[in-house]
Order: sequence, then structure tokens, then C-alpha cells
Amino acid sequence: MSDTVLHNPAARRGSAAGALLRHARYVVSENPVTGLAFALFLLIALCALIGPYVVPYDPLASDTAAALKPPSLAHWFGTDQLGRDIFSRVIVATRLDFVIALSSVALVFAMGGLAGVAAGYFGGWTDRIVGRISDTIMAFPLFVLAMGIVAALGNTVTNIVIATAIINFPLYVRVARAEANVRREAGFVQAARLSGNGEFRILLTQILPNIMPIMMVQISLTMGYAILNAAGLSFIGLGVRPPTPEWGIMVAEGAGNIISGEWWIALFPGAALMLAVFCFNLLGDGLRDLVDPQRRT
Amino acid sequence: MRAPTPLPEPDNGLALPLLEVRDLTVEFATRRGTVAAVQHVDFSLAKGETLAIVGESGSGKSVTSYAVMRILDRAGRIAEGSISFSGLDLRATPEAAMRDLRGREMSMIFQNPRAALNPIRKIGRQIEDVLLQHAQVDRAAVADKAVAMLEQVRIARPRERYHAYPFELSGGMCQRVVIALALACRPQLLIADEPTTGLDVTTQKAVMELVVELTRERGMSTILITHDLGLAAAYCDRVVVMEKGRIVETSAADTIFRQPQHAYTRRLMQATPRPGVSLRGLLPEGEAGAQPAKATAPQADPQPLLVVENLVKEYPRQVGSTSLPKLWRAKPAPESETFRAVDGISFSIGRGESVGLVGESGCGKSTTSSMLMRLIDKTSGSIVFDGENIGEIPAKRFARLPLRKRIQMVFQDPTDSLNPRYTAARAIADPILRLDRMTSRAAVRARCEELAEQVGLPLDLLDRFPHQLSGGQKARVGIARAIALKPDLVILDEPTPALDVSVQAVVLNLLQDLKDSLGMSYLFVSHDLNVVRLLCDRVIVMRAGQIVEQGPTARILVSPAADYTRELLAAIPHPPL
Amino acid sequence: MLATLGKRLVTVIPTLVGVVIVTFLLTRVLPGDPAVYFAGPAATPQSIAEVRKSLGLDRPLPEQFVRYVNDLAHGNLGNSLSTGQPVVQELKSRLPASAELTLSGLLLSLLIAVPLGILAAVRQGSWIDHLCRIVATAGVSLPVFFTGLLLVYIFYFVLGWAPSPIGRLDAFATAPASLTGFYLIDSLLARDFETFRAALAQLILPAVTLAVFSLAPIARITRASMLAVLASDFVRTARASGLSTRTVIITYAFRNAMLPVITTLGMVFSFLLGANVLVEKVFAWPGIGSYAVEALIASDFAPVQGFVLAMAILYVALNLAIDVLYGLIDPRVRLEG
Repeated sequence: MSDTVLHNPAARRGSAAGALLRHARYVVSENPVTGLAFALFLLIALCALIGPYVVPYDPLASDTAAALKPPSLAHWFGTDQLGRDIFSRVIVATRLDFVIALSSVALVFAMGGLAGVAAGYFGGWTDRIVGRISDTIMAFPLFVLAMGIVAALGNTVTNIVIATAIINFPLYVRVARAEANVRREAGFVQAARLSGNGEFRILLTQILPNIMPIMMVQISLTMGYAILNAAGLSFIGLGVRPPTPEWGIMVAEGAGNIISGEWWIALFPGAALMLAVFCFNLLGDGLRDLVDPQRRT
Repeated sequence: MRAPTPLPEPDNGLALPLLEVRDLTVEFATRRGTVAAVQHVDFSLAKGETLAIVGESGSGKSVTSYAVMRILDRAGRIAEGSISFSGLDLRATPEAAMRDLRGREMSMIFQNPRAALNPIRKIGRQIEDVLLQHAQVDRAAVADKAVAMLEQVRIARPRERYHAYPFELSGGMCQRVVIALALACRPQLLIADEPTTGLDVTTQKAVMELVVELTRERGMSTILITHDLGLAAAYCDRVVVMEKGRIVETSAADTIFRQPQHAYTRRLMQATPRPGVSLRGLLPEGEAGAQPAKATAPQADPQPLLVVENLVKEYPRQVGSTSLPKLWRAKPAPESETFRAVDGISFSIGRGESVGLVGESGCGKSTTSSMLMRLIDKTSGSIVFDGENIGEIPAKRFARLPLRKRIQMVFQDPTDSLNPRYTAARAIADPILRLDRMTSRAAVRARCEELAEQVGLPLDLLDRFPHQLSGGQKARVGIARAIALKPDLVILDEPTPALDVSVQAVVLNLLQDLKDSLGMSYLFVSHDLNVVRLLCDRVIVMRAGQIVEQGPTARILVSPAADYTRELLAAIPHPPL
Repeated sequence: MLATLGKRLVTVIPTLVGVVIVTFLLTRVLPGDPAVYFAGPAATPQSIAEVRKSLGLDRPLPEQFVRYVNDLAHGNLGNSLSTGQPVVQELKSRLPASAELTLSGLLLSLLIAVPLGILAAVRQGSWIDHLCRIVATAGVSLPVFFTGLLLVYIFYFVLGWAPSPIGRLDAFATAPASLTGFYLIDSLLARDFETFRAALAQLILPAVTLAVFSLAPIARITRASMLAVLASDFVRTARASGLSTRTVIITYAFRNAMLPVITTLGMVFSFLLGANVLVEKVFAWPGIGSYAVEALIASDFAPVQGFVLAMAILYVALNLAIDVLYGLIDPRVRLEG
């Protein structure tokens, strides 16, 4: 393999933020699908932020006269059994699903990521305890465990967040642990010890920044999975209660009507679900390209 | 089973070369466009001849042989030229016919033998697969034939080893199995792509001699691809030198070393460490600058800098498994509870002295250097540095002591030893920031630039990331970082094998100049005796955790006392002088 | 071989202990008074006190745990409030339905995903490679209940090809004599082809739903694993030795590539067992998943607990089987102990 020396005049010019932006532009231009994912993510975030203020109808307002109407100009996504406008409900539901997913991912990233890194780096008892907890959780089929946890703790949205965080714990631990383990004896970590860095400082400044790209991918993928999980739990009646608009519960409400042909009640929230998860999955790859300096050219 | 592709009958009278390559050009499609890895290469190989293709990394030597075998990967293609094997045009041959030829008429062995074998298939079965594929023998007799092949490559107890898996065999044995695979169908041509890289020097010799013996016995032609000139000279009839995808010189092995024609060949030969040449002599003519004045005259300072006494390092051994009989394990079942990586060694290093620590893999030299660096703790014994008993200080605490500044290390793998997210400047600055506690950014930057100049790293490379630097440049960054705090002792853990020989020559000279101008002591850990000969005043030879002998380089490497040292020296292939 | 199996069984024990402890805690971590939950929504203060006494909920926790384990050892998982039947009995009777569904879905999925992944890796860049990548990315994003509903809409309502999603058999067919509990097998054994057809018709849509769900991760890992193996050194050696394409792909590449796929199967099972619950709800499938969901809605606590425990034990057994299968293929695991 010949030594290629890549010329990068951009490396010195401008601030770090400028370089990041330039790199973002490069990544998006290289891979248009990532660009699409970013755009979709912005759309979802927008819906979550201002959705409730701009929807045409009150998501909770029922109008029995207009019940079960197929999509039309007045009601873009049609109406449900109680005459509520499905379009408004789908948009408003974005915030709830988004917040549930974000909170559970933040929670599990903090707990699982740190536990995993500590386990992988320090080994010994830390590794054993974290491993034991992780294995116990993994002994259950995850969705079933979530059902059990929500049933035990109580049927609330907070508990859905907690349950989702718990069932994703082993995954984060495993990824973080493997990455920290690989780097524990790497040359540059040894060199950092020689330069007078203490173990905790090495963990924070050498190991963590290097595993961020992989964790970013994990976070994005888990967002998608968290949304699916929350929706699934709501579908079987856990967590979110009617009349709160949430994608999973809306699909459940529309499930019975599928057989009688009123497809729009379940389809639109389901499609929104699918789109959101799809977006987060694609985003994972794009994020990794952005954060990993090895891909910077 | 299909009838194998017949090769054209040789012409009466004319001695047809076995392999003839004319004007070969190989291109690869990469993200940055088409790259020509091999350009207009011409050579031929006669029956029974051994040809060496020598070159540094990126020279295209491996790609050439992949093209001959037509096993280039998807992105590569033969753009121009012709390849003729025993009169058959290989470019025009359909893939099905090529499959017939591969293994039966021409075969190849690669670097990294264990990875070259299917990890979940018994080695005997793997040999059988090749034999059956080329219809060499019927199913009833194939097992015996496989065992016979194992015998030919000198594997002891072949009938038992037939049932072994690659992970149960040593590296050398795996290479023998790969050779057995390659020669099973008695091909006419064997291509050996760096077959001994990564193997111990004594194993290297054994493997090369086996290859030579078997090929000569069968009248086979061989192409040996290597970066090691000594190896090429010792085992081959003719040598072809490649640089950047082109052939720069072709001639017989003796003449190429006595009368190299091309400037590149001369530079390569000159850069190869060998007996009778000095460090400065490795550099191309005209590039050797003046030697810097020695900072401290090498006075015989009676107080040695480092004294090691009875150093021991034990590791708890994993309890041996009790599942299956161990008849076919390469290593005997472990007996003791612990494993002594370092078994009671004693030596000293004087001020301004350069000491070499040599041995093959597993001898304990890396463990020793880690203990001296205070990265791991010893089990027993003492390490006294400049009067201080540093062996007693636990590794974790040592990192924060001022003594840390005085012992530093240059690592083996320049890529692995640099944080991929730090620029070169940040990496060099790390010890300065941590141990010197310099806070002014300007001062730190100035010091980094000063160090960069000292190690010959161009200043504009300071803000690059490791993946944007070449191997030699990364090595310089590692060296700059090690000398940043002006240490008294620098341990160099095999710092040059990952580098091309010409780059190695420059780095070795740099190390010598730095040592002289900064008055440092070196412990140079290596398995390459030739390099040690050039750089070190004294040599310590280790084996299985113990010191076999130690003394002045001149004495040990010329007339060694111990048999093992003699064996090591004899195993190094020498180019004829 | 037996020694390996024995060793694996030993490692399973701490897992089972963990499972029992967690399910125990789940029954006691309830906010408020557990006795209220077990007594049900229509309980009087007196019946709550009775329940508390009979379940030993007034005793200290360690004693409760011993009692719990003792009950488990005797196969006592409590009684369902809505039906009054022992939970164990109801789980046992409904298990074959879930098993038939899950296994059919998995089988279908493997039959499609594995060849797809292999072909995608062998013919990189071709249409099949692109198809595989699309399937993998899209499949992972589809909510399983949504897929089910979509399939019902298209194939039942619009096209009329599939029967109404009301369970394992339609109103006119009767269940075959129960030997295995699997309607497909039992009806074939009884040579009752009408019932077989009816059962198959009902099974297709839910099985396909589950298959679509597990198709994505399996296809993805097969493709990735196969690609990695095809680029490995030993495959290069095999090619350089002139071995036929078939031998290289099947004997050398495929077997090695299957190792990570088998490891991933454990995770796939975890998802499948969860998805099973959702699919059973969509198709009114009378399995243990819908049993638990109905109990949840009725605030009937004991069945939910029993369901979680049963699923966990099933999952542990499945993982054990996967480990053993892995060991059969990879000698490194077998011989190095």
C-alpha cells in the first residue's frame, strides 16, 4: 500500500466550527440519502416543536357528524370514529413520540454508555457487575420485559421511558465496552500514560472522544427503536391513554376499522411512524461520517 | 469431472520460458479515479528458475503476481500487456480454465499463514479439497495422499495433525500447511508473496529452505516477492527490482549486488542494514549530513543510569481445558499455575549508552520494556533508575511523578500509537502539557515547532491528523513526542519494522543523531540483529524469559559465545558482498 | 460434546436465577399495595385482606421470595382473575398456537433472508444487492403491527385472497386431534386436508408479517458477514488453489459466514418473541401473547407475571440451543473449552 499523503488546506484555515460545517456539506453532497435523512429529521423536529400551534383542527375535538370520512380537502388524512381530524392528530403526536424516544435514549446513553466504558476500560469487578446486570436484562425477550416493567411500575408515559431505557441498556453497554476494551491497550493510550495522564483523564480525553462516532450511530438507531417500542406498548394499551394522540395508539384505534375498509385511520399514523424510524436509521450512518475524523478529507 | 484444460505442447528445440510477461499494466478504480498500480512491466521466467521481485511498499510487486494468477479484486483489471504461461495466453483464458490452472499448474502462498487457512476446517481436509478439485486422486486414496503431503513439508506426526485445526498450530506450521496446499498437485510455478514476513528469523530460514528444497526437487519455477534484499539474494537466481509500479532493473542475483545499475537499486541496497556498513553508510550518497557534535563526551560515568536485578514477571495461566485429548495440540498442556514471561534477568544501561535487547517473539523483551517503562508492575526483582528504586512504585502512581519525564518510549506501530483524533501538534504537545505544565499556548506551540525541526518533520504537517501522514512521518511524530521532555532514557520498542527500508535508514540515523546531541541513553528492543549492530554499543540476547548472553555488540555479533546467538545470526540471510 | 453441553447448562443457572429474581421483584415493586392488584379491580376490602393473607404479602420480603420459588417449583403461577383457571394451565394450552406462529414466521424468514444475503454478497452491486439493502433498511423501520394491518387491508379487504383475521381457524373448521398442538402437523397426521388448508390459510398472513419483521436483520447480517468472509485471506487461498466457485462459496465462505448469523439469531428471537405479542393482537391469534394482553387490559395481574416468566425461560432455552449449534460448527469454541 503506498503512503498517500492527503493535502488538506482546509485543516488550518478557519475555526473548528467552520471546518465542521464544510465537512457536513461534503458528507451531504457525497451521499444524497444522508441529506434526505437530515431534511426529514428537521421536518420531524419542526413538527414536534411547533406542530401543536399550527394544526388546522384541535386534535381532541370530536365531531361525530364528520366521523369516518375518507381523506378530502377539508380533512387531509380523513377523520376517525369520533370525527377527529387525523392529520392534526398525527402532527401533534410527533411531539409525544419524539420526546419519549429522546428521553429514553438520553437516559440509556448516560447510564449504559458510561457503565460500558467503565467496564471495558477498568475490567475487574466493574466489568463483572455491569456484565451481570446486562446479562439479566438480556435474559428476557426485550419487548416482553418492557411490558412487565410498565405493568409493574404503572401505566404512565414516564414508565414507558424508563422501560425503554432499561431494555436498551445491554446494547449500549456491549458496544461501549467493546470499544473501550479495544482501545485500552492501544499505543496512544500507553503513550498518554507516559505523558503523565491519569487513568480517569485518559478515559475522558482519549477513550471517550474516540468511541463517540460509534455511539452516535447507536443513539440514532436506538431512537428509531425507542419510537417503535413506545408505539408497540401503546398499541397493546400500555402507557399512553386515549384521547392523547400518539402514533401507536392511533394505529390501535384504527385497527378495528381496517376490516371494514376505513384504511386511513391506521395508515397515516403508521406511515408517520415508519418514516420517523427510517429517518433515524439513515441518520445514524450520516452522523458517523460527520463525527469521525478519519472520514474527513 | 471435467477434463482439465490442456496446455499447448512446447515448441521443439526452443526453450520456451515458463512465464512471459510483456508490457503488463494493471489499473485500479478508486474514488479518486483510475490508478495504475503496475505499468509496462516486462519479465520472463524459465523452467526451474527462481526469480525475486523486490520492492518497497507500493511498488506493485504483489499486484503483478495477482495479475498473473488473475485473482485481482473487483476494482482491478489488466489494462494492457500480455501474460503467457507455457505458451497459453492467460488474458484470453476463460475463468473456468483459469480455475483449472490455479492450484494445478500455478499456485501461490501468502503472508500471514494462519489467516490463509479456513479456521473451521481440518487442515487435512483442506489439502484434500485441492487434490480432489484437480482430480489428482480418487476419494479412496485422497486421505493418504494428504498425509503424504504433510510429511513432505516436514510436519511431525502427520496422521494426527491431519485432524488439526489451524488455531492449534504455530505460525511456522501453518505456513508449512499452506505450502503443502500449494504443492499438492505438483504445479510448475509457485509464487511466494512475502511468505516469511512476520515469522521469527529461525522459522523464516526453515520455511525458505523447505520451499527451495521442494521446488528444486520438482524442477519448479518460483517467484519470490519480498522487500528483503538479503532474502532475495540468498535464495534466488535472478532479481527484478520494482519501484512505483515499474521495473527499474533486472539481472542475476550475484551481479545485481556487485554491480547495481539503477540509482534506486543502489539506494535500496545501500539502505539495507548489513555487516560491514555504518549507519551513515545506509543513507544515499550526498544526503548524509554532518554528524552533530556529541552533547556529552562519552566519559565513563561509573554510575550506570539503569540497573535491573533479577527481574521477574509472572502471569497466572488459564487453567487448561479438560475437554479433549491433546495429542494434536502444538503446545503441551500447561503444567504450572503461572507463566513466567520474564524469568530473573539482570543488566544495566550506562549514561549515553545504547543497548540492544534482542530475541524472537515470546522471549519476554516486550514485557521487560513495559516493566522498565513502569507501564506494568513487576512480580519481583529490582529496577533502579539513577539511584531511585522505581520498581517499588506502582505503575499507576508513577504516571504522576516527576521521574516520569525522564523515561520515555517510542512505540512499535506508529499508527496505533497516535490518537486518531489528535493532530500531530497536539500529540507531541501532550507530555509537555501534562508533565511540564506549560500553560502558554504560544510557548507550547513554539516548543512543538522546535521538536518538529529536530526530527525533520515539515512544520506544515503539524496540523494534520495521523491518517493524513505517511508511515515515516508518523514515526517522526512519535519520536518528537518521546524526546519532548528531554528524557534520560528512551526505550524504543521495535520502531522500524513497519517502515520501508529507505525510510528506516533515515529514521535510524535520526535516532542516532538525537541520542548524540541530547545525550540520551537508549534501550533498543528488536528482533533485527542487523539494525541492532548499527545502533547499539552493547547487546542483550533473550530467550524464553532469560538472558542468554550480553556484552559489547562487536563481540557478541561477531563471535558469540552462546549457541542460540549463533543460531540467530546464522538464520539471517546475507546478501553476497 | 457432552462436556460442552454440561458446561453450557451450568452457565445457564445464574441466568435463570436472575430471571426468577427479576420476575419476583416485578410482582412486588407495584406502586401501592400489591394485594390490591392481585385482588382485582372489583375487590372489596375484605377480599383484598384475604388475598394478602393467601399470597403471603404481609410477610417479610425474603420469606415471600422463598414462597415464590417454592410455588414455581411446584408449577404454581397463580390463578387468572377473569377465568379463575390456573395460569400454568392456560399458558400450556395456548403455547402451541404461539409456537406454530413464531416458528413458521422464522422459517419463512430464514428461507428468504439467508439466500438473499448470500446472493447480495456474491453479486455485489447487482439488483439483488440493492434489493437486499432496501429490504434491510426498510424492514427494520416497519412497525410490525402496521405491517400486519397493511397486509390484512390489501389481501383481505382489497384482494379478498386471505380469510378474515379471526384466529387459527375460521368459524366452519374444527381443530384436529391434538398431538403436537400444531394445527398444520396435526391435521396432516390425521390426513384431514380440509382442516390443513383452512389452518394454513389463517396462518399465512400472520406468519408473513413476522417473517417481514425478522427478514431485515437476518438479511443484513448475512450479507455483511458473507462480504467479510469473501474478502478474507483464506478465501483468497481457496481461490488461488483453483477450487470451484461452488466449493469456495459453500464449503469455505458460507459455513464461516454463518457463525455471526447464528449469534445474531439470539437477538432476532428476542425481537420475534416480542413481535409475536403484537401480531397475535392484530390477527386475534389465541396464543400466550394475546393471553397476556387481554389480562393487561383487564388488570388481571397473575397471568402477566406468568407470561413474562414463561417467555424468559423459553428464551433462555432457545439461547442455549443457539450456543450449542454454534459450538457444533465452530471447533475453536469446542476445543478451547
